[in-house]
Amino acid sequence: MEKPFAITLDPGSSLANHTGSWRTSRPVYLDRLPPCNKQCPAGEDIQGWLFHAESGDYESAWRHLTKDNPFPAIMGRVCYHTCEGACNRGQLDAPVGINSVEHFLGDEALKQGWKLTPPATESGKHVLVVGAGPSGMSAAYHLRRLGHSVTLYEAGPLLGGMMRFGIPKYRLPRDILEAEMQRVVDLGVTVKLNSKVDNILTTMTEGKFDAAFLAVGAHIGKRATIPAGDAAKIIDAISLLRSMEGEDKPLLGRRVVVYGGGNTAIDVARTAKRMGAEPLIVYRRTREKMPAHDFELEEALQEGIMVKWLSTIKQAHESSLTIEKMALDSKGFPQPTGEFETIEADSLVLALGQDVDLGLLEGVPGLKVIDGVVEVGANMMTGHPGIFAGGDMVPAERNVTVGIGHGKQAARHIDGWLRGEQYFPPVQREVATFEKLNTWYYADAPKTVRPMLDIIRRQSTFDEVQGGLDESNALFEARRCLSCGNCFECDNCYGVCPDNAVIKLGPGKRFEFNYDYCKGCGMCVAECPCGAIKMEAEEI
Amino acid sequence: MLKQTEGSHAVAEAVGLCRPEVICAYPISPQTHIVEGLGEMVKGGEIENCEFINVESEFAAMSVAIGSSATGARTYTATASQGILFMAEAVYNASGLGLPIVMTVANRAIGAPINIWNDHTDALSQRDSGWIQLFAETNQEALDLHIQAFKLAEEVSLPVMVCMDGFILTHAYERVDVPTQEQVDAFLPPYEPRQVLDPTEPVSIGAMVGPEAFSEVRYLAHAKQMQALERIPQLAEQFKTIFGRDSGGLTHSYLTEDAETIVVAMGSVLGTIKDTVDDMRAAGEKIGVLGITSYRPFPIDSVRAALQNAQRVVVLEKSLAVGIGGVVSTDVRMAMSGLQLHGHTVVAGLGGRAITRKSLHALFSKAARGELGHLTFLDLDWNVVNKQLERERTTRRSGPAAESMLRDIGVVATGIV
Amino acid sequence: MSFQPVHFYQTGTFTVGNRLLAEEERSVQANMERTNSLNSGHRACQGCGEALGARYAIDAAMKAASGRLIAANATGCLEVFSTPYPETSWQIPWIHSLFGNTAAVATGIAAAIKVKRKKGQMGDVRVVAQGGDGGTTDIGFGCLSGMFERNDDVLYICYDNGGYMNTGVQRSSATPPAARTATTMPVGPEPGNAFGQGKFVPLIAMAHEIPYVATATVADLRDLEYKVTKAMGIRGARYIHILVPCPLGWGAASEDTIKLARLAKETGIFPVFEAERGDLTSSLKIRRQQPVEEYLKLQKRYAHLFGKKPAVETIARLQAAADKNIRRYGLLDEEAN
Repeated sequence: MEKPFAITLDPGSSLANHTGSWRTSRPVYLDRLPPCNKQCPAGEDIQGWLFHAESGDYESAWRHLTKDNPFPAIMGRVCYHTCEGACNRGQLDAPVGINSVEHFLGDEALKQGWKLTPPATESGKHVLVVGAGPSGMSAAYHLRRLGHSVTLYEAGPLLGGMMRFGIPKYRLPRDILEAEMQRVVDLGVTVKLNSKVDNILTTMTEGKFDAAFLAVGAHIGKRATIPAGDAAKIIDAISLLRSMEGEDKPLLGRRVVVYGGGNTAIDVARTAKRMGAEPLIVYRRTREKMPAHDFELEEALQEGIMVKWLSTIKQAHESSLTIEKMALDSKGFPQPTGEFETIEADSLVLALGQDVDLGLLEGVPGLKVIDGVVEVGANMMTGHPGIFAGGDMVPAERNVTVGIGHGKQAARHIDGWLRGEQYFPPVQREVATFEKLNTWYYADAPKTVRPMLDIIRRQSTFDEVQGGLDESNALFEARRCLSCGNCFECDNCYGVCPDNAVIKLGPGKRFEFNYDYCKGCGMCVAECPCGAIKMEAEEI
Repeated sequence: MLKQTEGSHAVAEAVGLCRPEVICAYPISPQTHIVEGLGEMVKGGEIENCEFINVESEFAAMSVAIGSSATGARTYTATASQGILFMAEAVYNASGLGLPIVMTVANRAIGAPINIWNDHTDALSQRDSGWIQLFAETNQEALDLHIQAFKLAEEVSLPVMVCMDGFILTHAYERVDVPTQEQVDAFLPPYEPRQVLDPTEPVSIGAMVGPEAFSEVRYLAHAKQMQALERIPQLAEQFKTIFGRDSGGLTHSYLTEDAETIVVAMGSVLGTIKDTVDDMRAAGEKIGVLGITSYRPFPIDSVRAALQNAQRVVVLEKSLAVGIGGVVSTDVRMAMSGLQLHGHTVVAGLGGRAITRKSLHALFSKAARGELGHLTFLDLDWNVVNKQLERERTTRRSGPAAESMLRDIGVVATGIV
Repeated sequence: MSFQPVHFYQTGTFTVGNRLLAEEERSVQANMERTNSLNSGHRACQGCGEALGARYAIDAAMKAASGRLIAANATGCLEVFSTPYPETSWQIPWIHSLFGNTAAVATGIAAAIKVKRKKGQMGDVRVVAQGGDGGTTDIGFGCLSGMFERNDDVLYICYDNGGYMNTGVQRSSATPPAARTATTMPVGPEPGNAFGQGKFVPLIAMAHEIPYVATATVADLRDLEYKVTKAMGIRGARYIHILVPCPLGWGAASEDTIKLARLAKETGIFPVFEAERGDLTSSLKIRRQQPVEEYLKLQKRYAHLFGKKPAVETIARLQAAADKNIRRYGLLDEEAN
């Protein structure tokens, strides 16, 4: 067409006009740290694996997850999932059921027989891991992934440590535990069971180990000094739980009193309940002050377990206990009241915490022990070069997830140390707080609750209390993730730009700004649901 | 085919023969009979493949025409008087965009006072709109000019107004030769737009143009009219070969060769003038007539050539440029610049005032005697005018002028307003 | 345990895209191949709601028309910022004639297409007319009404930003009460635009009993695209009135354009609905209802309501107007969400 001058123009010719020059600030994409990831003691990239789960690609999700934590099936059952407390969705409706999706992924992996990825190359280094609990097994796994040979010494006859001896099977079925342990062993970990390390330096020298990771745990039950008659039956919680794994179940009698207020006390009481006893927890403070997780207590109460609050045990007799009532003082500490009562008890289980058996460390130069635990640096190394430690034997919160996290961190530092370098963990990104989100874009979707085992069966059997989500529910739950701080390719920036200055790169490739045309209005930032874009001042 | 028919109907038939594709119509006297005729022809299937749209205003009529023409459809509409003023913005727009719309203007006065009768004020108000403006002398010429108008418009990509005197021509039953479809098809090829809204070749039409290119765009509009100046006589020639008669062209001269006095005019009044001239010639007066067919583009050279041997020129026009006098005269005098001629402007026939041979005879004789002033209002009733001027001088609340004067004349009671 | 079927990705249908939806269920704007009918390089202000709304609407219309679309455009911001010589941002056949005649120009285009199709000289091509609120509800209203009553095959889209922004923010008949404009200054006993004036053209369009009338905002893309697509599936006169916030004229932050459109809908100030042949057939429900202050306080054109002495009564009147919309158009749905 021979177009008339000036009044008729060629299509789209405004591309010649670079409106980007108007800009005083520019949008940039970034990945912020989701609060769940920040919170996870095992350092899982929760948002990252949920991203794969959302599309139903459970294997990718599982592989992404197991880069940090090789035990999703266990985690899905026993992790206290503080991530969910941090979850931004909690401020919208209810937190994403991260733990339940992890549970599903863990079970799906076992069902499908997915294997962990073996190392591409071997380093030729040999690392000793002492203790087959969560921390030791985690370290063994991560060290193998990094290509190091691993030999694992375990004093007991089975793998799992506290996951086996400290957690009742109604919370963690043993076939699940064994399958996830075996999957790590299958990566090529040399396992020596029933092999207690008495002296770490000797074992290292004899085995020509280049480094060691100690994770012997804390399994010596604390004994309170309770005056007791000879006939009184007193047992510590860890011994009791451990004996549940053997052939000879302990005889506790009908009236079992559990002394303590931690999660172990609850575990013991619920175990006793399943053995036909009528457990009573005696705790010196109130429910609000109880260190056990409230959901565990709640489950226990549902199962008919009684708690006697504000009480201390003064004396144990053959079939009764003397109890003193306590009262909280102004600072919230329990103080004796001088009021006593007697309760019937066939046995008393002490759940007052555990100590570490530090025998293997005797005579190790440079090593420091404070309050019964081993001091380690930020790199998880003890005062003795080449000896690293983690889990319950170092100063930290004691739970499975923390232990697994220690194993991972230690493995990475050991890897650096073995190569004569220092491992620097990635710099923590800025956190994707709730204020950074535009929650308008998320559909309203209440949390999916995992099915609970029928109450009668819970009281009488060791069947798993909390079931898993089925596939469609797990998918739904995964899709509730807000993907805080991380682009999930919702196309909002691409759509809302009035200047078409966002280039869509294609599935999985995210987006790019076309600064030739971006005028810097900031709409992409305001309308990004997950806070994965920010404005930066333009240098003029 | 020779027919005794109404001027409007003749024009409607001519437009129909041009195979229009979109016709928009809004009623205003005296053009209504044209679009009524076309409407019936489209609805009855006489005109095929044509959309006839009853719009809600003249502004919409021209706007619909702009849309359809820009989409490549041969487009026609008709209007008059207030209508052309109401569409004025779109009139300018159509030519600015170079859209070859053909529009009949059934010339009529512009109010206030409202008046439905003929003069040229309406069309001449749009003389600078960029449209080509052709004035028909007879119904036959009106018919012929429409056929030529489509061809001219589409060739130079400019809109064309065919102006014909309201009532005098539009409502007059005369004998006209209506051509055959074959003749029209032989003369007028299908419309091939210069620019068109087409999804296969998208363009933006109607850009905003700033000082950097506006003058050039306007000059190009002028250049197109200059092309039209060349094409108009050529088309008249072509027309003659196919249709066998003289029609169109830039100007028509009548007895001008030896004329000392030449009367210049446009439209149907030329007939009366020629009759008067015949009478005066019979009496030995050296007088002739120059009819202007193409008012825009204005044929300066042709007018000048026709006038250069005369001694005086009387421009008789049915329009008034209030505050100066003539509209057509201004252009004629431009053509006369440098020639030592006496120029006279005569404003005549406003709002349908009859122009009689008697009045013209007296007027031209006066001119020939050298007694005519620069500006004359033909047959003005000075008695009425002076009375009103006096009333306004003496009475603050003198009332509405038109109504007061009509009362003086005594026609209010008759209701002929 | 209740079973919850998986319908959508975590964002539901609120976002532009959704990587987990089937391709055909995604929005036009999510598509890498979208037309970008209004191309980059246009000279609209930062955060222009009209530029956004125009691309949303025309891209959707282009998809519905398989790329065979012609647009007529009224004078105004959209025209000026998109086609200053020597460049145009339009990638479709487009014409600008005048301020007040766009609907009529579109009628002409539609008529020409009809004839050309009859003659076999052209395939099916659809026509869209577009203009701002001034060009639609004021100066272009006569032509619009004419196009409606003739039921011409034109989809007219009005981008309503509540004023003559191109000429420097003057009042139009779509300017809301109390709003400051250059011709309704916040001075005197009744600062800002007067109450009891103005017109809501969607209702007038409905009174013409044309096949389809809808309102939309730039905040609900899926709804907007659905309506444009639906309108394109209908022959005859259709009207879509889209609320497009104007950062300049409203005195709002450029990044708040969509937020303001969302708030206009969520407060009830701007009812989002559709109507067929004069009857209201559906309304987009308010999802998270907000008081009108949330909408008003983000805009400097209402700043005079929030001075040292807040104009409580004026705000209450605006709230009452929003509440009336909520009742009139059924904008709250207790059962659905």
